[in-house]
Amino acid sequence: MKKTYKLEDLDCANCAAKMERAIAEIEGVKRVTVSFMAQKMVLEADDERFDEILQNAVKCIKKVEPDCKVVM
Amino acid sequence: MKEKIMSLSEKQKKLLLRIAVSIVLFAAAFAVQKLTDLSKVFYLLMYLVPYFAAGYDVLIKSVKNIAHGQLFDENFLMSLATAGALIIGEYPESVFVMLFYQTGELFQSIAVEKSRRSISALMDIAPVSARVLRDGEEIEIDPEEVTEGDTLIIRPGEKVPVDALVLDGFSSLDTSALTGESAPLDVTPGSKLISGCVNLTGALRCKALCEYENSSVAKILELVENSSMNKAKSESFITKFAKYYTPAVVLAAALIAFIPSVITKNPAEWVYRALIFLVVSCPCAVVISVPLAYFAGIGGASSKGLLIKGGNYLEALSSIKTAVFDKTGTLTTGRFAVTEIIPAEGLSEQRLLALAAGAEYYSNHPLACAIRKAAENIKLTAPDSVTEIAGQGIEAVFGGNRVLAGNALLLRNGGIDFAARKDDATFVYIAAGDKYAGAIRLEDTVKDGARDTVFALKKAGIKKTVMLTGDRRASAQKIADEAGIDEIHHSLLPGDKVARLSDILAKRGKREKLFFVGDGINDAPVLSLADVGIAMGALGSDAAVEAADVVIMDDDIKKLVTLIKTAKKTHRVVTENVAFALGVKLAVLILAAMGLTNMWVGVLADVGVSVLCILNSMRMLIKEHR
Repeated sequence: MKKTYKLEDLDCANCAAKMERAIAEIEGVKRVTVSFMAQKMVLEADDERFDEILQNAVKCIKKVEPDCKVVM
Repeated sequence: MKEKIMSLSEKQKKLLLRIAVSIVLFAAAFAVQKLTDLSKVFYLLMYLVPYFAAGYDVLIKSVKNIAHGQLFDENFLMSLATAGALIIGEYPESVFVMLFYQTGELFQSIAVEKSRRSISALMDIAPVSARVLRDGEEIEIDPEEVTEGDTLIIRPGEKVPVDALVLDGFSSLDTSALTGESAPLDVTPGSKLISGCVNLTGALRCKALCEYENSSVAKILELVENSSMNKAKSESFITKFAKYYTPAVVLAAALIAFIPSVITKNPAEWVYRALIFLVVSCPCAVVISVPLAYFAGIGGASSKGLLIKGGNYLEALSSIKTAVFDKTGTLTTGRFAVTEIIPAEGLSEQRLLALAAGAEYYSNHPLACAIRKAAENIKLTAPDSVTEIAGQGIEAVFGGNRVLAGNALLLRNGGIDFAARKDDATFVYIAAGDKYAGAIRLEDTVKDGARDTVFALKKAGIKKTVMLTGDRRASAQKIADEAGIDEIHHSLLPGDKVARLSDILAKRGKREKLFFVGDGINDAPVLSLADVGIAMGALGSDAAVEAADVVIMDDDIKKLVTLIKTAKKTHRVVTENVAFALGVKLAVLILAAMGLTNMWVGVLADVGVSVLCILNSMRMLIKEHR
């Protein structure tokens, strides 16, 4: 399953790269892109565990940039 | 200026206010220090007021992120650098750097926000509402609630919500947001409307042909949204570089702070130099320089009717050395016209034309369309069954009577005895029953601007132009000569094109890229095999949009030149940005190590360079005036 999420207050380009690296390492993530310019995350992951993976991804985002909000 | 401030977000306004207040406090503190002679502790406390006012969020974030294990965080590095400056007694400098950093961040966020908005505005094609007729009443609903078969009312000024067929009404449509074509498109009952176009003159009553998620506009938007998935190599390189850059510079800072301090016994000077390193170690300017340029390049291209599926394709397009063209619909108009009817003995021209047009009754092949057009005034009977044989033609059955219409191979395979024409045109041969019935001669015309395009591409650095076609040698050569193509591969069946392209791909140089451009019909495998597959005239054709890497919305061949130019320009901007960002950082690092610069130059090298890179990338959005 592939889904796109809008990210609010993603303030720095390097943070986006850091988030992307961290999320890519979550088990079950097939492909992920965090685009600073588009302020979007495209997440592709296993269907059955998608919600769980998404929660983990949100945690990664908060870790790198606490202000950043994922719009569901 | 007033307007600009008004358009800031809440967050930006707050930051602006804080910066303004901090500047006043800082100026006051500076004045007091110059005019009085008090204890150092007093000055420190005095400077701490503007320091915290300007940078409290940076300090809080850095503490939070350290707790999260984010060691080389931008906020942390900045906090460490300014705190270090306070410790070694550089009070005004420390506050100034924090102020400067925050001002730069503000500028950067405004510039990014502005550019993002202007790029998004280019792709502002999503319809906001749909007007449908339900139970005889006109109601306004969300485009996503439209179901197939709904009757839509589209008033002037409104966007076509989903792909639709006109039932009543006449109007002109503005397709420019999708195709970049400024001339309006006239529509009449029976015309197909592409969603996302704007209705200009008259109200239209239409039938919805699909639901929103399957409509052209949804597909295009999805494509654009996902374009950030396909990153250019230079983008991946730069993020990887940043991963090592920061730790490396921080390590260098640590070494500079300790080793020379021990040797020279002048720690204040060397710690100060190390602090400059910390300020310069933020990688944001470098990281933003590349994706921004691609984002702008893709955004700018989409406003011209060119959809590019990712930075990697834009990157490849800048080093294209071989251009491979499909013939029909790409180099030529694909609109054939019947120029001669040659019936076999005992048959009239009318009768032959009727046979051929009848057999081609259901076919969408350009040749079939041309034959049907020539037979406009003849009453046709539809065949009972048809079999389309790819690359050969059609076998139709009329009440048990077999009619073949296609190329020479079709008739030969059907065991028909006839003499193929040796001529430089395209022929459709017809057999009825088991007897040869005659041939129809058709000619395709080279597109306006095809020759100019081929020459412009060559000027832009393309070394070889190749044409692939199913036509026979003579007619293929004629088109190639007219369009100025170097190399032709003729008499190809659809399956052969893949093999030929593989050969061409195998022969090219290692870093030389190749594009294939076709109309997207029947050439999906070829499109995906090429380094960059370009589908032309693809508006409304899902298969082509899916298979291609770049989609040219209308069938204007001159857009290829725009595409290559955009790619080259983007490449140039990327190179400039990277060279500038890295160059400035390196220069400041060297100057800092030699003690020839100060901290605020370090901040300028970070946030200032980011802003300049953003401005440089925005040049991509400037429309060229013809």
